[in-house]
Amino acid sequence: MRIDCKHVWEHISSYIDGDVDASLRAEIDRHLETCEICSAVLDSTRNVVVLMADDRVFELPTGFSERLHARLDQELELDDLPRT
Amino acid sequence: MTFERPELEMECIQRILAGEKHLFHGLIQPCEHSIYFLLLSMLHNEAEAEDAAQETAIKVYRNLHLFRGESKFRTWVLSIARNEGLGRLRKAGSLREDSLEAMAEDQEGDFTPAILTSWREIPSETLEKKELAHLLREAIQALPEIYRNVVLLRDIEEMDGRETAAALGISEAAVKVRLHRARLMLQRELAGKLKGFAPRRGLFRWGA
Ligand SMILES: [Zn+2]
Repeated sequence: MRIDCKHVWEHISSYIDGDVDASLRAEIDRHLETCEICSAVLDSTRNVVVLMADDRVFELPTGFSERLHARLDQELELDDLPRT
Repeated sequence: MTFERPELEMECIQRILAGEKHLFHGLIQPCEHSIYFLLLSMLHNEAEAEDAAQETAIKVYRNLHLFRGESKFRTWVLSIARNEGLGRLRKAGSLREDSLEAMAEDQEGDFTPAILTSWREIPSETLEKKELAHLLREAIQALPEIYRNVVLLRDIEEMDGRETAAALGISEAAVKVRLHRARLMLQRELAGKLKGFAPRRGLFRWGA
């Protein structure tokens, strides 16, 4: 039985993560060979995932790190009790 | 972004607890990004997220002796960040998490992708364009929170399913379902808008 487009979409995220079993992967691959819609849906979704992960998308505010470590320094100075 | 070997992390923690306090800066540094953006996702306010991130780091330091190494250090840190965020939401009287969580998995909703017949790859270098990064950020921020948190930890902080589940206090199965829905929502929202960023064919340099 051939799987349909909707069935492919249900597994897109797991497919991108390489988290589908071998037989399902083979079925999806066979479907992708002849379905330009699912190929485009898969490529665009994967493209979004890759772009999102880029460091340039979510950058820390300027000076965030400096302010955090300055505050930590205050805390570290206050704390002189040994811990167990 | 984290210590590659957990035993080095544990050793670092032991030394901090034994008095080499300054080592804490290096221990927390790889977690800063995840802490801040998880809190920003929860609190929707940069100044408050930054303050909450600082509080989180201080709580991590004060409670360091309680870390037993059962989870990854970052997972433990993020659950502290999440509690800090929840505490602030509770105080502000805007905590709706329980009802959201209950609805989440059986939410009907439309999780079908935008239908396309072709896709031209947008290479990562295109992110030099500020508008592209801005579009992506906006789309992620517009996701319902339960989806946004999962996308943030899985796709942006690149944590695995187990770590994400532990940090957010949900099951691994829920992480998978939410990540799947979130990615499709993002594809749907962004496919049309991103098309214009694809390199035009005439600009390809052949051979190179
Ligand atoms: Zn198809």
